[in-house]
Amino acid sequence: MEVYHGKSVLQGIAIGKLYVFQKKESAWKKHSIADADAETVRFEDARGKALSQLDELYDKALSQVGEENAMIFDVHRMMLEDQDYLDAIEARIRTEMVNAEYAVTVTGEEFSATFSSMDDEYMQARAADVLDISGRVVRILEGLDEGGLNTPEPVIVLAEDLTPSETIRMDKSKIMAFVTRQGSANSHTAILARSLNIPSLVNADIRIDASYHGKEAVVDGKDGILIVEPDHETLRQKEKEREAMQREQERLRSLIGKDNVTKDGRSILLYANMGNVEDVDKVLENDAGGIGLFRSEFLYLGREDFPTEEEQFAAYKTVVSRMEGKRVIIRTLDIGADKKADYFHLDTEENPALGYRAIRICLTRPEIFKTQLRAIYRASAFGNVAVMFPMIVSVDEIRRAKAVVEEVKAELDKENKPYGEVELGIMVETPAAALVSLELAREVEFFSIGTNDLTQYTLAIDRQNQKLEPFYDAHHPAVLSLIEMTIQNGHKAGIWVGICGELAADESLTETFLNMGLDELSVSPSYILNLRDKIRQIGS
Amino acid sequence: MKTVQYTITDPVGLHARPAGLFVKAAAAYESGITVKNLENGKSADAKRIMAVMALGVKQGNQIELSVEGPDEDIAAAELEAFLKEKL
Repeated sequence: MEVYHGKSVLQGIAIGKLYVFQKKESAWKKHSIADADAETVRFEDARGKALSQLDELYDKALSQVGEENAMIFDVHRMMLEDQDYLDAIEARIRTEMVNAEYAVTVTGEEFSATFSSMDDEYMQARAADVLDISGRVVRILEGLDEGGLNTPEPVIVLAEDLTPSETIRMDKSKIMAFVTRQGSANSHTAILARSLNIPSLVNADIRIDASYHGKEAVVDGKDGILIVEPDHETLRQKEKEREAMQREQERLRSLIGKDNVTKDGRSILLYANMGNVEDVDKVLENDAGGIGLFRSEFLYLGREDFPTEEEQFAAYKTVVSRMEGKRVIIRTLDIGADKKADYFHLDTEENPALGYRAIRICLTRPEIFKTQLRAIYRASAFGNVAVMFPMIVSVDEIRRAKAVVEEVKAELDKENKPYGEVELGIMVETPAAALVSLELAREVEFFSIGTNDLTQYTLAIDRQNQKLEPFYDAHHPAVLSLIEMTIQNGHKAGIWVGICGELAADESLTETFLNMGLDELSVSPSYILNLRDKIRQIGS
Repeated sequence: MKTVQYTITDPVGLHARPAGLFVKAAAAYESGITVKNLENGKSADAKRIMAVMALGVKQGNQIELSVEGPDEDIAAAELEAFLKEKL
């Protein structure tokens, strides 16, 4: 039994035989030619055939994986019509008097090198595209066929790397998983694996060798491992896990499109929490009714300087447009405490959780706050946007934040920049906010209870401190009664109330929350369907 | 000659797919069109996809189109609209 590790593209377990996919070796050699015109014609003929192959592949991909993924073959077609590329090949044939195979290969490598030298993972992946189109022309020149998969049963495809044209030609019903030694999360193999919904590993630490061909193996996307020739016990174990995952997955997928209604007719909004713009894929995939918490600080973390208004606008706009009118609640910057970025130049604090963070930074550094609000309001022209302020403890803070909002709206009016109706709300995550929630509710249109901080502040227990674990009670009655109080006060003032902390996903509390009259639960996308399932079983 | 400046808002920048659409759009005009990435000063013929991709235009980068030729007015206006809508 051998175990290899890779970057997992998709969860899930595949068990089957390995199929080592190796390209047919090209046999051409560089040689000189006598007639450059004839060689150019040879190249042009091959290029013509390559273009019609790409047309065919495009159509095939369109029906198999959709327009978004098929577009790559259109791009390949355009690359094969790129005048710079064609000029370079022809010049090489004519000046060096060499065969077309050589001219195409060397030119392809040259152009590919430009892309692979760029400091951008996405562009580096494009280097493979240039090699792919060059390889296609060379294979045609040589009279080689493109190999598909030659197997009667579904297999785990093991390859050094796969080009889009290779993967698209493979019979998808014969692929149960991909494992490649190269490739990235942006590679076409990864994209294809996602769209086919099969487990895959890229960047695997395995040396590809024909001897693996036909061996039994397990790909476990959950742990990111490939097990070659698993022993009996491991195999049995993985089979069990696979079955359980499949059954559970199928059951949950069947809930897509269904309501979040209990058996006795009570319904609740089920939204998703997200941070990075790409998370929207997961949000949509899991059928969330909206985004209940967009952690905007992800736009600020892991960089050297503040994100500009344009950058933020682009990110919000993307998310808001993709949600197509479903509510998107953007939490304004919640930085400080455990989330830090150097360029904010925050002081080291004795007690960061009780320190200078979130709305406290925003209200004292209005230039940061305004830039963000401008970006959010501009994005609101593209869909249904709500804003919530974190770490509120008083009415005054809300009023000050709203004053900045008014300034921003006035500026945008003056600049003739459109914006939509934006609901304003707050996070209730301090005991103070819960206790004065009736007053706060009169100032805003919704509450979202942040149970992580609310619990830590109520119990005076630092959740990062492992020593305190025995004292920590997530279901402490004090926390639950603050939650209940907040819901009641919100409803008294006529606003809706949700929960976006970890407790929202705690199925043992779902019924309690429903009984309290909660309006919304916002959880990480992967919990949505589980929670829907739970809700639909409540009541009788 | 007409020039157009635009800041890319698409999260992946002017990469393969959007670059392809852009080059297709640009190729429809008779005018010569140059696109410059103001971030790194590189410029390219807007009708050549590999060169456009090699500009490495990312989200937040400003680009400048220079359009010169018989249909420069309409090309500049339409390409600007295209950028605003798609990128």
